[in-house]
Amino acid sequence: MIKVENLTKRYAGQTAIKDLNFEVGKGEIMGFLGPNGAGKTTTMRILASFMPPTSGRATIAGFDIFEQSLQARAHLGYMPENVPLYNDMRVTEYLDYRAALKGVPHRRVAERVGDVKELCGVKEVEKKLIGTLSKGYRQRVGLADALLHEPDLLILDEPTIGLDPNQIRQVRQLIKNLGKQHTILLSTHILPEVEMTCSRVIIIHKGRIEACDTPENLLGQIRRAGGVVLEAKVGNDNGAEELKKISGVRDVTTEAEDDWKKFSLRVESGVDVREEVFQLATVRRWTVRELTQRRATLEDVFVELTHPDEV
Amino acid sequence: MRKFYTLLWREVCGYFYSPIAYIVLVFFLLVAGVDFYFQISFMNQRPVQYSVEEAFFNSVFFWFAFVLIFPLITMRLFAEEFKLGTIEPLMTAPVRDWQVVLAKFFGALVFYLILWLSTLIYFWIFQTITHQLAANSAGAYWGSYLMLLLLGMFYLSVGCLASVLTKNQIIAAIISFCAITLLFFLGLVQFILLDVSSGTRDLLGYFSAIEHMGTFSRGMIDTRPIVFYLSMTIVMLTLTYQAFQSRKWRL
Repeated sequence: MIKVENLTKRYAGQTAIKDLNFEVGKGEIMGFLGPNGAGKTTTMRILASFMPPTSGRATIAGFDIFEQSLQARAHLGYMPENVPLYNDMRVTEYLDYRAALKGVPHRRVAERVGDVKELCGVKEVEKKLIGTLSKGYRQRVGLADALLHEPDLLILDEPTIGLDPNQIRQVRQLIKNLGKQHTILLSTHILPEVEMTCSRVIIIHKGRIEACDTPENLLGQIRRAGGVVLEAKVGNDNGAEELKKISGVRDVTTEAEDDWKKFSLRVESGVDVREEVFQLATVRRWTVRELTQRRATLEDVFVELTHPDEV
Repeated sequence: MRKFYTLLWREVCGYFYSPIAYIVLVFFLLVAGVDFYFQISFMNQRPVQYSVEEAFFNSVFFWFAFVLIFPLITMRLFAEEFKLGTIEPLMTAPVRDWQVVLAKFFGALVFYLILWLSTLIYFWIFQTITHQLAANSAGAYWGSYLMLLLLGMFYLSVGCLASVLTKNQIIAAIISFCAITLLFFLGLVQFILLDVSSGTRDLLGYFSAIEHMGTFSRGMIDTRPIVFYLSMTIVMLTLTYQAFQSRKWRL
């Protein structure tokens, strides 16, 4: 659906993205992650034909975004960051206008506008001026607009930014449902969201792709594959030293709370040391109140790839 | 073509969504109405050589209102879209750049015509009340409204160009106001500088909106200003189109 080859964009003296190569297949929900200023919005704007790349090429549904921009745009529903809308129009008015602009046939406009209003939950504000809508509703109007012409591909730039937790949940559910019929490329900062919705993830940092894989594979790859937390009364023992002797444990940090000590163990990937820890605790007669394995999250992947020195 | 009409419709409605349309309409009709009243009361006091219609289209009041409305009409066209960021959903929809530029220009032109066509009422009122003719011939009406259209096209296209250059509406208004005033006074220079060659004087005469209006409002249709204003409009719109396209590379 999307094919990007050696895409580069330079602003005055500054490279925003460099030699991007990736593909998004039909029906995928692709998450686009990266710190602020990594080049996410730039990439999405280029794909939406809002600005041309400095070099390289990209195609959407087989149409070159530069040579056949009009056809490419007709296959694409784009929701820009912060959703700019005409504040002095009413919701239905705006959607009617956008439908005509996107070439929805005359007799289908009313039907399509009704459908997207229903789908995105903006029916109750259809007669309101867009300027008076809350952030959440603006976001939904933007999404409704992107869906109007039944595009094969949706590009959503931070669809959940600025929403409250309930709204985020609703939008996430909506995106998941949309993923059944559409290919979606979405950018976000909210990592649990990606783990829950996306089938694949691209992590971009300083204009380069650092990783591109399924969330599960990414979690498997990273060095900091998780760890074990032990909370126990160790008496006069030096718990940290004892724990370090277990093979597979790389590092132990200790937090003290009265008699209780909380040990966080970093272990090598693929190793489960809980059994050894339990054995050690019984041998040394430690009183244990917690022994858990902490799973690595996408956040760890993200931090490791974009901020390697903090790991 | 449907996309063009959709864009055009949104542009025309855009004026009436915001208070600008009503402010411009009130201001303009007030000045034009006062002007019309003054001209008639002046003509009541002494015999004159011209008709009411000629007086109306050649007064100082008329030109004052005329030059002022263009920045007000055109300043928001592109600048507002740039400022609000709505240019992004607009240009990522499957529309061509020239469709947007032309829709904005013609949208402004439609609003401009709404303004001026409402002044036709004055002549109708005058004729019904006084049972006298406001103009010497029907051609005089055609001539003056044709000249309004031509001048309007030219000055609106200058305003379009000013608006596409910036995302600040005030700056757009100042640029177009300066440019239009300058163009307007260029036509007056021939009366001020007497030592310039006749060639220069003729050249400057081409810009003389006052002179063109004088001829046309008498019902004399001269083809030279028609060609001049139409071609200048095309030049300005081409420049606007180029500037609009260049934004992609400047981003």
